[in-house]
Amino acid sequence: MSDEFQPLLTSRYGIEGSHTLAVAEKHGAYRTARRALTMMSPEQIKEEVKKASLRGRGGAGFPAGVKWGFLNPKEGEEVYLVVNGDESEPGTFKDRTIMNQDPHRLIEGILITCWAIGAHTAYIYVRGELKHSIDSLDAALAEARTKGYVGDRPFGKPHPIHIWTHSGAGAYICGEETALLNSLEGRRGEPRLKPPFPAVKGAFGMPTIVNNVETISAVPDIVELGGERWCSLSRLAPTDGGVRLYGISGHVKKPGIYEAPVGITMRELIYDYGGGMLHDDHPLKAVIPGGSSTPVLRPDWTVDAPNEDHPLHAWHGKSELDVPMGVDTYRALGTMLGTCCATVMDDTVNMVEACRNLMRFYRHESCGQCTPCREGGAWLVDVLDGLLSGRGKVDDVNMLVDIANNMMGNTICAFGEGTAMPLLGFVQRFADEFVEVAKRGLPLDVRHDESTRALVKGGVAA
Amino acid sequence: MAFALTPEREREVEELLSHYPNRRAALIPVLWVCQRQHGWISPEVIDWVARRLELSTAVVKGVVTFYTMFFEEPVGEHVIWVCRTLSCDLRGAKAIQEHLEEKLGCKAGHTSKDGKFTLLKAECLAACGQAPMVQIDDDYFENLTLAKLDGIIERFRGEAS
Repeated sequence: MSDEFQPLLTSRYGIEGSHTLAVAEKHGAYRTARRALTMMSPEQIKEEVKKASLRGRGGAGFPAGVKWGFLNPKEGEEVYLVVNGDESEPGTFKDRTIMNQDPHRLIEGILITCWAIGAHTAYIYVRGELKHSIDSLDAALAEARTKGYVGDRPFGKPHPIHIWTHSGAGAYICGEETALLNSLEGRRGEPRLKPPFPAVKGAFGMPTIVNNVETISAVPDIVELGGERWCSLSRLAPTDGGVRLYGISGHVKKPGIYEAPVGITMRELIYDYGGGMLHDDHPLKAVIPGGSSTPVLRPDWTVDAPNEDHPLHAWHGKSELDVPMGVDTYRALGTMLGTCCATVMDDTVNMVEACRNLMRFYRHESCGQCTPCREGGAWLVDVLDGLLSGRGKVDDVNMLVDIANNMMGNTICAFGEGTAMPLLGFVQRFADEFVEVAKRGLPLDVRHDESTRALVKGGVAA
Repeated sequence: MAFALTPEREREVEELLSHYPNRRAALIPVLWVCQRQHGWISPEVIDWVARRLELSTAVVKGVVTFYTMFFEEPVGEHVIWVCRTLSCDLRGAKAIQEHLEEKLGCKAGHTSKDGKFTLLKAECLAACGQAPMVQIDDDYFENLTLAKLDGIIERFRGEAS
């Protein structure tokens, strides 16, 4: 961990009253928005965001500047900005820290973005469970309206910007941007067929940009520092710029959210930021890098990239943990960076059991529109249940792969892949363990939920 | 029995309607207002919301049944959601659930006999770094141990109903 690192996104975390306008403003809030709205043109701002190589922080890693460039509103069309605060991907808990501890950073980012893309209305869609985050944002918005920063003339500019929070009501799928738009419009959160993409036909049929909370929260720093300089803070500049929030949970000593340059390694995240493994006598077995939809990594697997043209050639022969965490590097590794929030598992965890836990999640959360996802997800759980209970056979492992392969690419949205990819990742990287469980089942007394009992009984959890 | 919002909550609905270009978009927020008053989304609430927003009852019911946080039957005075997804499970969520089932005398998915608590299993509540955790009504209780949980439940039991 570098001592010189200057926090940007988290610079106001931990300051008493950081969620209030007075404190946030004392520590720099709204300075950049004022400058951006009064002295910069929308084109200038868009140019800085493009130069920043800000990759979307919601999971897909799409460059925000490019996404904004898709907007081409026709005469009479209103542009909307929708901020995705549905944070529901298992293992992910970063956006909540921004909404709770520094809501004014997000609001400032929204103001700058609305000016840049020509929007007059922004909705912040927050999952219903996060009532405190919604309250925090509503209170911050009320203060910003009183000050006139949000309203008809933000910083004196005759460009009205109205910002509203919108509460979800419990549905993981609403993090998918078109499901989110349906939910915003008062419908069931079922994803829409694309095209048309939201930039052409989004909220209320109008051109819409949907960005993650952290993505929008990075905009003030990008405008303040300049896109190039912000980008260069990353170890993976110029293609994957800046700093970001990393999360870590599971079997580590210091689970939490940490801000760091893009491109630190998983080894650094676990052992430097996360404080290392929870129990010194239980080594790392597997880590899910960026939310449950991203295929699992194992420390004893090495990068196989002998070809000099391979993007990971520099790490050939090294552990998967030593590859820098970036959108493109992780894709080349056969997984995804996702939300950049890792779930760490030690050697007490059986991978079939961990896999079943996540597949139950997907079964529960499938919206049910597409048969491969609705039925496939349920079958995956049934087969995994069979394996764990000792009713399975070795060929069932092939059946898991077969079901997953038939989900891939056969659904309206990426949820199908989001279910199939982690399943395939578990089976690929831990095939021996799946076969072992298929032969014998997994007795109750060796399941991880038994071995973790001591954590809550003995009061170890800090 | 016919349902109606209190005048104060009706003003809340008026305010919500002003946030959107059409009435339907206010559906989920308005359902929230109703559930906060009534405790659950009864058929009467669905009828009322449908009339208020000029939607069919089928449309409203379709939305209510889609989202897990809208209760389609009455629940206890407090609703406890136990997160059972991976990060919490790795830190003892199953033991948390079993302890609550024993303490409240009801399985997950049910309401305690005294009507005080409804116990439900939840999928990831975005508090993975503070696992294990439960949500009780609007509040998160994190980094739980069984002892800490006992204290929390006793506090809820002790309050005047």
